[in-house]
Amino acid sequence: MPKRRDIEKILIIGSGPIVIGQACEFDYSGTQACKALKEEGYQVVLLNSNPATIMTDPEFADSTYIEPITVEVLEKVIARERPQACLPTLGGQTGLNVAFEAAKRGILDTYKVELIGANREAIARAEDRKLFKLTMEKAGIPLPRSRTVYSLKEAKEALEFVGLPCVVRPAFTLGGTGGGIAYNIEEFKSIVKRGIDASLIGEVLIEEYLEGWKEFELEVMRDKKDNVVIICSIENFDPMGIHTGDSITVAPAQTLTDIEYQRMRIYAIRAIRAIGVETGGSNIQFAINPKDGRIVIIEMNPRVSRSSALASKATGFPIAKIAAKLAIGLTVDEIPNDITKETPASFEPTIDYCVVKIPRFTFEKFPKADPTLNTSMKSVGEIMAIGRTFKEALLKGIRALEIGKYGLEPMIDKEKLPLAEVIEKVKQNLIVPNAKRIFYIADAFRLGFKVEEIEKLTHIDKWFLNNIKELVDFEEKLKKEKKLTLPTLRKAKELGFSDIYLGKVLQISPEKIRRLREKEKIFAVYKLVDTCAGEFEAYTPYYYSTYECECEARVSQRKKVMILGGGPNRIGQGIEFDYCCVHAAFALREEGIEVIMVNCNPETVSTDYDTSDKLYFEPITLEDVLNIVRKESPWGVILQFGGQTPLNLALGLEKEKVNILGTKAKYIDIGEDRDKFRSLLLKLGLKQPESGIAKSLEEAKKIAFQIGFPVLVRPSYVLGGRAMEIVYDLETLEGFVKEALEYSINQTILIDKFLEDAIEVDVDLIGDGENFVIGGILEHIEEAGIHSGDSAMCLPPFSLSKEIIDKIREASYALARELNIVGLMNLQLAVKNRSIFILEVNPRASRTVPFVSKAIGVPLAKLAAKVMIGNTLKQLGFTKEIVPPYRCVKESVFPFNRFLGVDIILGPEMKSTGEVMGIDFDFGRAYLKSQLGASQNLPKGGNVFISVRDKDKKGIIPVAKR
Amino acid sequence: MKTVLFLEDGFYLEGIGFGYPGETIGEVVFNTSMTGYQEILTDPSYRGQIVCMTYPLIGNYGVNSSDRESSKVQVEGFIVKEHSRIESNWRAEGSLESYLETNKVVAIEGVDTRAITRRLREKGSMKGIISTVDFERESLQRKLENFPSIVGRDLVAGVTTKEIYEWEEDLGIRKMEKVKKLPFTVVVIDCGVKFSILRCLKEYVEKVIVVPAHTSLKEILKLKPQGILFSNGPGDPQPVNYVIETAKELIQRLKKKEIRIGVMGICLGHQILGLAFGGKAQKLKFGHHGGNHPVKDLTTGRIDITSQNHNFVIPPQSIPEEGLLQTHINLYDHTPEGSEHKELPIFSVQFHPEAGPGPFDARYIFGKFVDLITALS
Repeated sequence: MPKRRDIEKILIIGSGPIVIGQACEFDYSGTQACKALKEEGYQVVLLNSNPATIMTDPEFADSTYIEPITVEVLEKVIARERPQACLPTLGGQTGLNVAFEAAKRGILDTYKVELIGANREAIARAEDRKLFKLTMEKAGIPLPRSRTVYSLKEAKEALEFVGLPCVVRPAFTLGGTGGGIAYNIEEFKSIVKRGIDASLIGEVLIEEYLEGWKEFELEVMRDKKDNVVIICSIENFDPMGIHTGDSITVAPAQTLTDIEYQRMRIYAIRAIRAIGVETGGSNIQFAINPKDGRIVIIEMNPRVSRSSALASKATGFPIAKIAAKLAIGLTVDEIPNDITKETPASFEPTIDYCVVKIPRFTFEKFPKADPTLNTSMKSVGEIMAIGRTFKEALLKGIRALEIGKYGLEPMIDKEKLPLAEVIEKVKQNLIVPNAKRIFYIADAFRLGFKVEEIEKLTHIDKWFLNNIKELVDFEEKLKKEKKLTLPTLRKAKELGFSDIYLGKVLQISPEKIRRLREKEKIFAVYKLVDTCAGEFEAYTPYYYSTYECECEARVSQRKKVMILGGGPNRIGQGIEFDYCCVHAAFALREEGIEVIMVNCNPETVSTDYDTSDKLYFEPITLEDVLNIVRKESPWGVILQFGGQTPLNLALGLEKEKVNILGTKAKYIDIGEDRDKFRSLLLKLGLKQPESGIAKSLEEAKKIAFQIGFPVLVRPSYVLGGRAMEIVYDLETLEGFVKEALEYSINQTILIDKFLEDAIEVDVDLIGDGENFVIGGILEHIEEAGIHSGDSAMCLPPFSLSKEIIDKIREASYALARELNIVGLMNLQLAVKNRSIFILEVNPRASRTVPFVSKAIGVPLAKLAAKVMIGNTLKQLGFTKEIVPPYRCVKESVFPFNRFLGVDIILGPEMKSTGEVMGIDFDFGRAYLKSQLGASQNLPKGGNVFISVRDKDKKGIIPVAKR
Repeated sequence: MKTVLFLEDGFYLEGIGFGYPGETIGEVVFNTSMTGYQEILTDPSYRGQIVCMTYPLIGNYGVNSSDRESSKVQVEGFIVKEHSRIESNWRAEGSLESYLETNKVVAIEGVDTRAITRRLREKGSMKGIISTVDFERESLQRKLENFPSIVGRDLVAGVTTKEIYEWEEDLGIRKMEKVKKLPFTVVVIDCGVKFSILRCLKEYVEKVIVVPAHTSLKEILKLKPQGILFSNGPGDPQPVNYVIETAKELIQRLKKKEIRIGVMGICLGHQILGLAFGGKAQKLKFGHHGGNHPVKDLTTGRIDITSQNHNFVIPPQSIPEEGLLQTHINLYDHTPEGSEHKELPIFSVQFHPEAGPGPFDARYIFGKFVDLITALS
């Protein structure tokens, strides 16, 4: 079918700020969609409030609105742009909900905007639990026993039919907010109440709890001619009851016979037809009873999702891109498969490797949150690992997580506790699903648990468990043999063991193992992700490593630069860094350099095979990176853009004589090492809050008394303010110092005088080693002491005097000059009593780079990448700071609704997951927009209740009067 | 157990044996299905071939007595990356390893199956040998040279039924929708028929009779069928001249309107009908073996994802019969996937509408066959 000619302009709605359950996967899908539609000759209008996205870069749409994603704003955008169609299925639940609401209110009809992909009826059928059930029943698809209710009274009646334990699922929410499993009537009542509140339409579903059932997902695509194909099957390692976003998942499905898989496939095809998703992708979840094979459908997302991003990366089939093309009327047989070129997109990918996704949690940021995993999603990021076996992929995945584990490391020391206690602890951690369960499973095998016992406690399929057992058995054998023979080393590498973990097990250094491997030529080889298991020639260089006989990497003789990505999203290191990596890739490609991207985060644009010349989907560890360096011999490696992850490899890479581009490692070290940094400030005559450096608790106490409380305690070399605290007394000091020492790499902590009532400022700067230009000066709205990642900020400053701003400029340039900045630098400082105090300097891309770039209209990360390969700022035409005539406000969004019982007070430890941007000529309006974008609905009138501590009462009076 | 795989072009791989110890020779082909290894192992069309699975983890769900496509394992040998040490599925009755052992099949694991696949893709299918006893390249090479090529060999004679029998089993757990069973008799000419074809037929018609491949048309007509199906089967269709003759005779009698019988062919059956209409067979470079091939129905535009397993093809331009229309093509390589006669009640498909293993998308083809029969009676 030819593409539609009755449409010229299409509106795409993004997903807004990064929150738990809705992360940068929607930037990936949105960016693909924008590109695909423009490629087909359509005008694209984009609405998204998140500045840290690639899709909101000016070149991806014809007009981009960085505005709050609300129905009101949507209407204004539509009225102004008059698009003929709106594609709502690529912006996650946020985009879908807003489009649905606009359709319901008749706005789309008024302006004659057609919903393409999924229309209002289809969205309702998939999202409204009752309608969904009805539709599935009609289509002959089995469902769990359930009933929809709108009140507690109805819920209690439903319980008689469904029985306890049961699941409560609110309709129209994101990532399962407000839902839960009820085991008794008290829990039941409270969850139902919460669920009714959380639901946009006050509706919840009471459903049979499929405890211990296996969970599967299928990614399905349909076109206008009703052709339906399955892109990928996913089997959850964790059983039903754990949100799929929090589950370890595996592609393809591992434990289904062909008949069972085909049945599920047919149900999925029937479901997408019955729901009426006209074109595009859907994610459909199923549960199977492992005892008798009974299959039921759980839910369906009539849009691209986190799983479809995963499926795209897992198979090489770009779901969002194809979905966009199907939405404008093309059919699957008319679209070529990018990877094989000669075959069409009308096929089902088949893979010849195993993919494991592991979620990344940050419970350490929320010590009071309940770390039990359930139907409400709690993870903040994920990694994907590809291996030729499940075992290899799993071990790669564990080290990709960056949680300080390089294998199935023991959680408990058998020697330290009585055996009975050890067994009890392990059992508890098997029964209660938690982020570390995979490690406890390995411990259980070490303690002699049988596969069947663990299966009973965890409901995890014994196929997965036995694979873990094989890894543990091998490790135990290795320990007993105590020496590393060549065949054993080869076997270990084939199984997926890292050098570090092998070293730990055998008590030898990883370097030694590396040298041995080099001597014996045990090298990683690279295989292609090609959608077709090798049946056709593939043209897209998307690789993963394994230890086998044939290497397929096509190494060119071009000048190559390798960019290390940021790994899994976490609080403190998220989409902003991926944004910078992507920009670096675009910039270097423009310069004719071959770009090699290394990353393991499936949600990102950086791991789209389109972004770079070559993609290595690998963990960012020294071993994995050096393996690629050995194969590719790049001219240089860029560490500056991926956040702390690549920077942590700087020393190791330098030792191996890898050419690190940008600011030299010794200057990076000055910025990171508090001692060296203090000397530098002294030299420049810059002030710093009174401070001291401690390597022990005793030293810390001494310093605290010297400079006086309150003090700020922080470790060296961390990101996102891990273990950073403001301390007001001695007792609290002891606790925090202990923790901070644990998190610091070099066991050094800095104790600062905490500046009360100061204004904090961030500066982003770019330099070419000789010339330096400020990208932006951002004034924090919250006072100093709140982590800069959590604070709202305004560019340009709204309350600072010219004199202060000039002082800030001077200090920034002086520091940049001293540190010989080549690339980006971020400076944090505080203003108190007309003096400025330098807080810290980071010689790398910061979280605020995308925001600043959007605010001033200059792609800083791109320029920085070009500078790093030898261009000067003069050549690039960026020689003068740009101060925009309007105000840009960045506001953070927080995951507190996910972590019940967690203190919502902000501090020096970062807690936010994402950000939004509000732009206006007036500061107040810009701030209001940022609040709306962050879903903080401010009332237009009413009374104000103000409560402050005594100390602040004087300060609040003028504010209250206004 | 040290085991080697040696290919005709000199590719030598060392792995670990599982299944039965010994030596086996066959044409090596790769199959891209991610599920359905038991169906593949028992599919008579694989006679004469060693199958290399592209999906690396095989044996995960064990084996059972229901997922068979014939009464025994048919492949000559089996190549996987890793076979599972445990079977996990509610229907599992045993492990893959013991299944291969009982069926005396030599298998190898721990080899780079992707490298093998890429080699076959580049150079075409070739002979290979798996051995647990002989690791000498020269001697392995000699054995391969002395082994006959699959081209020109009649492999059907080795897999067809010895006796006429009636098939009783319907789709059972494979059933996805209700169809009305009609009071017809269909005779299946067994060139190596898969049980799934018989199960599908039995779902639609009351009587399914399976006859040996060499059964004469006269004998078949004695069974008073309303439909005749030329089944799938292994290898090269050209040497199976006794079935081609039966088909030719059948076509003649249909042309003379002496009988009114619906005729369908699947896979080898499709090729046999093509030859009976005067076509010439060609060998594909590495064949089609998998469950993800897009096939377009040229009459409706519909695309089905199909299960495929063949090494030969009858190019439509080689068929002189003017009444024969091309109905389906493969969207991967545009090879012919189905044909239908303008006047005669004959149609056939190259793919496997019965799945087993693979998607159920094309099962409607059986409905088409029954409609054809209904229209005739």
